[in-house]
Amino acid sequence: MTQRPTPPAPREITTKPRLSDRIFRGTVTGFGMASLVILTLIGLFLALRGFQTFKHEGFHFLTGVKWESVTSDAGKVTNNFGVGAMLVGTVLIATVALIVGVPLSVLCALYLTFYAPERIKKIMVSVVDLMAAFPSILYGLWGFFVLMPMVQYWAGLLFKYLRWIPVFNAPQPFFERSPFVAGMVLAIMIIPIVTSVSREIFAQTPLDRIQAAYALGATRWGMIKTVVFPFGSSGVVGGAMLGLGRAFGETVAVFTVLNIVFKVNLHILYGMGGNVASMIILKWGEAVGDETKALLAAGFILFVLTLLVNMAANTIVKRTLKSGK
Amino acid sequence: MTTTTIAPVAPSKPWAPTPLEILPSILLLVGAAVASYVIVAITPMKGKLAYAFLFFVIGTTLIAGRNGLKRGRSALVDSLASSIAFTGAAMVFLPVASILWTTVSNGVKGLHWTLFTQTMFTASFSDPISKGGLLHALVGTLYLIFISIVVSVPMGVLTALYLTEIKGPGSGFIQFVVQAMSGVPSVVAGLFIFASLIVATPIKASAIAGALALSILMIPTVTRTAQEVLLLVPNDLREAGQALGATQWKTVATIVVPAARNGLITAVILGVARIAGETAPLLFTIGGSDNLNWNPFKNYQGALPVYVWKGLMLGTPESIQRAWTGILVLLVLVLILFVLARVFGGRRIKTK
Repeated sequence: MTQRPTPPAPREITTKPRLSDRIFRGTVTGFGMASLVILTLIGLFLALRGFQTFKHEGFHFLTGVKWESVTSDAGKVTNNFGVGAMLVGTVLIATVALIVGVPLSVLCALYLTFYAPERIKKIMVSVVDLMAAFPSILYGLWGFFVLMPMVQYWAGLLFKYLRWIPVFNAPQPFFERSPFVAGMVLAIMIIPIVTSVSREIFAQTPLDRIQAAYALGATRWGMIKTVVFPFGSSGVVGGAMLGLGRAFGETVAVFTVLNIVFKVNLHILYGMGGNVASMIILKWGEAVGDETKALLAAGFILFVLTLLVNMAANTIVKRTLKSGK
Repeated sequence: MTTTTIAPVAPSKPWAPTPLEILPSILLLVGAAVASYVIVAITPMKGKLAYAFLFFVIGTTLIAGRNGLKRGRSALVDSLASSIAFTGAAMVFLPVASILWTTVSNGVKGLHWTLFTQTMFTASFSDPISKGGLLHALVGTLYLIFISIVVSVPMGVLTALYLTEIKGPGSGFIQFVVQAMSGVPSVVAGLFIFASLIVATPIKASAIAGALALSILMIPTVTRTAQEVLLLVPNDLREAGQALGATQWKTVATIVVPAARNGLITAVILGVARIAGETAPLLFTIGGSDNLNWNPFKNYQGALPVYVWKGLMLGTPESIQRAWTGILVLLVLVLILFVLARVFGGRRIKTK
C-alpha cells in the first residue's frame, strides 16, 4: 500500500494585506506625498528667508519701483527694495507673448488635428515636442543674434505707422532689447505647451457632434466654428494660462534680450523693461546681505504668482477634458 | 480545374484631387509669387517680410476667390480658414528651422578636438577658440544628469505608482500638486536650494546642490510621463496577477513595471532632456568652475549651460564663438536624448 503525501495545509483566508504589501503601500504612499512636501518646503524657505524684507518693506515691496541699497558715510545702510516695475514688466512681456503666441499655437493645433495629412502631422508633432526640449539659453542666444535684428525692423515699422496708438509710441526710436523683443522670444517659447494642450483638447471634441455638423452640410471651418470652438474654448484659455505661467517664470532667455531698468515702462517698443525672474539673476552677482534676502523675497513672489496661474490653468483644462468624456 | 488568380486590389481614394485639379491652385500660387515680386519691385515696400506678407495675402485671396466663385460663400470662408491654419502651422515650423540652422552653422566654426580634452583653467574666454576647451563643463553636466536621475527617477516613478496603482485617498490632490510643481520656474528651484541647503547646511555650491535643484524640475516630468505609461498597461495583466494569488507588490514588481519598461525609459530620457539645458538654477547652485572637478560633493562645478552663459555674458567675438560651440554640443546632447526617447516610446507596451 502506497502512502499518499499529505497535502499542504490550506492557506489562511484573509483580507489582511501581507507584510510585503504593507511595506510596498507605505513606501509608495510616502513617495507620493513627496512632491507635496517639496512644494511646501519651497514656499516655506523662500518666505522664511525673505521675511525680513517683507517686514521692512511691507506692501511697498510689491508697489515700489526702486531697488537700491545705499550705505551712507556713517556706515548706515538704507535699503529700498520694490518689485513693482518688474511685476508690471513681467505682465507686459507675458501679454505680448500671449497675443502673438496663442493664436499661432491654436492655428497650429487646429491644423494638426483637423487638416494635416498623417505623415505631416507626425513630423509636426515631433517638431513641437522638440521645441519644448530646446534649452532656454538657446532661445536667448538665437533671440539675441537672429530674432532681435528682425524684430527691431518690425518695431521700426510699427513705430513709423502706428505710433498714434499709445503702446506703439516711444520716447525715442530706440528699439533694442525692448519688451517687444522679449515678448516675441517668449511667444515662441510658449508655443509648445499651448499647442500640445490645445491639440489634446481639440482631439477630445465629441465625435458625434463633429459628424452631426458634417451631416448637416457644414464645411470644415463651419464644423470648427460651431462644434470645436464652443467645446474647446475654455480649455484653450487654460492652455494659454499654462503658457502665461511659463512666460512669468522664464529667466535666461528674457535676460539675454531685455534691457532691465527699474522704471515702469509701458511703451513696448522702447528698449527698457523688467521681469522679476531675470532681475533676480541680474542682481544676484553683486548682492550681499539684505539684498540677497530681498531677492529671495522676490523669488517667493514669483513662486506664488506662477503657482496661482498654473493651478487655475490646470483646473480649467481638466474640467474641459472631462466634459468631453 | 482552373485556378483563378485574383489581382490584389489597390486601395484607391476617389475623393483625392487629381493632378489636373491641383494645377489651377499651383498656377494661382505662382501668380501670387510673381505679383508679390512685382509689387515689392515697384512700391516702397521692401524686404523678405514684405514678400512673405504679400505672397500670403495674394495667394490666399486668389485661391479663396476661386473656390468662392466655384462653390459659393461658405466655400470661400472655408478655404480662407484652411490657408490661415496652414500658415499658422508653417510659422511655428520656421523658428525651429532657423534655430537649428544658426546653431549648427555658427557652432561648427569652433569645433576642434582639444575642445573635448582641455578645460578653461589656463585659458580665458576671450582667447582664440583653439585654446582651452569645455571638458570640465561636459563632465559637470554628466555629473548633474547622473545625480538628478538617481534622485528623481525613484521619486517620480514611485509617485506615478501611487497615482496609478494605489489610487489612495488624495491621489487626485497629489495629481494636482504634481501638475503645479511642473510649473515651478527654474529660477525658483535654484533659489530654493540656495535658501535651504547652501545657506543652512554643510552642502555648499557643488554638483550635488545643482542636481538637487534640477531634480525639482525633473520629478514632475518623470512622474507625468511614467503615469501615462502605467495607465496604458492593460488591467487584464493586473487581474491575472491577482488571480494567480500574487500580492499587489508582486504584481507591480513582476508584471506591471516590466510591461511598462520601455515607456519608463522614455520617461527618464524626457526628464533628462528637460533639465540638460537648464541654466538659471545652476547660476545659484554650482558655482560655475572653469576647472575640472571630479568630486560631485565638494567645490565648484562647471556645466555646459553655464559655459555658454559665461561666453555670452562676456560678449567678445571669441567668447560668443565659444557660446555657439557650447550650445551646439548641448543641442546635440538634447537631440540624441530626444531621438532615444522616440525610439523607446515607439514600442511602448510589448505585451498585447
